[in-house]
Amino acid sequence: MAELDAGSTQRTRPLSPHLQIYRPMLTMMMSIVHRITGAALYFGTLLLTWWLIAAAAGPNAYANVEWFMGTLIGKLILFGYTWALLHHMLGGVRHLIWDTLHGLEPTEREILTLATLIGSITLTLLIWVAGYLAMGGPR
Amino acid sequence: MNAPPHMRTPMRRVRGLGAAHSGTGLFWHQRITSVAGIPLSIALVVIVVALLGRSHAAVVQILGSPLIAIVMLLFVINSAYHMWIGMQEIILDYVHDDKWKLMSLMANTFFVVAVAFASCYAILKLSFGV
Repeated sequence: MAELDAGSTQRTRPLSPHLQIYRPMLTMMMSIVHRITGAALYFGTLLLTWWLIAAAAGPNAYANVEWFMGTLIGKLILFGYTWALLHHMLGGVRHLIWDTLHGLEPTEREILTLATLIGSITLTLLIWVAGYLAMGGPR
Repeated sequence: MNAPPHMRTPMRRVRGLGAAHSGTGLFWHQRITSVAGIPLSIALVVIVVALLGRSHAAVVQILGSPLIAIVMLLFVINSAYHMWIGMQEIILDYVHDDKWKLMSLMANTFFVVAVAFASCYAILKLSFGV
């Protein structure tokens, strides 16, 4: 096998086309967004853990979490977490549908993908409105 | 009849291998935990929205009540396994160097176990008090 190790062999070897050769498409974008939201939720879980530990630790620790979630950055992170959770959930449903070999026709898959995006944004806004209503208005 | 060029059958090569050296079992577990994650995520959102703006005492009481605590425990355990598989998949896709791969796979396990254990401990403490 030693004669195949020459660098020239590697340079001349044909490569299959990768992502950059294709025109960006919605399904492609939402595929990577599914992975990105998944990774974001992975680290976002720390938020949930912090909240639970603070609640278990006592009023002072809980007040710290409440303060942080009330800041602009805290709200942005929480808003992002809400959207990521819902988008990843709806995207997951789409993938489960595709796992059954349904909804894979060109129009169907575009509609499904668009539906997850519109659905996640709409649901996120609705949940935040519900949240503010539950708290009796923004603060 | 000629002897086969390799003693290993295709089945032998497939079984238990792949980048994770563990076959397709995790693929299926990712599907199971994703289905379970749908009702559990909806429940989490409802619980968090319901607890917004409440006093610490009220939050402790509600989070520690059996039904809510069980749902929260299920969410944490299900999510932990789901995200452990997911992050492993990401690592195996992008980290090709064996040393870094091994370390990041290990870090993934440590992170997920720590997060899951800490969350479960907090929920149980809220449930059983002190």
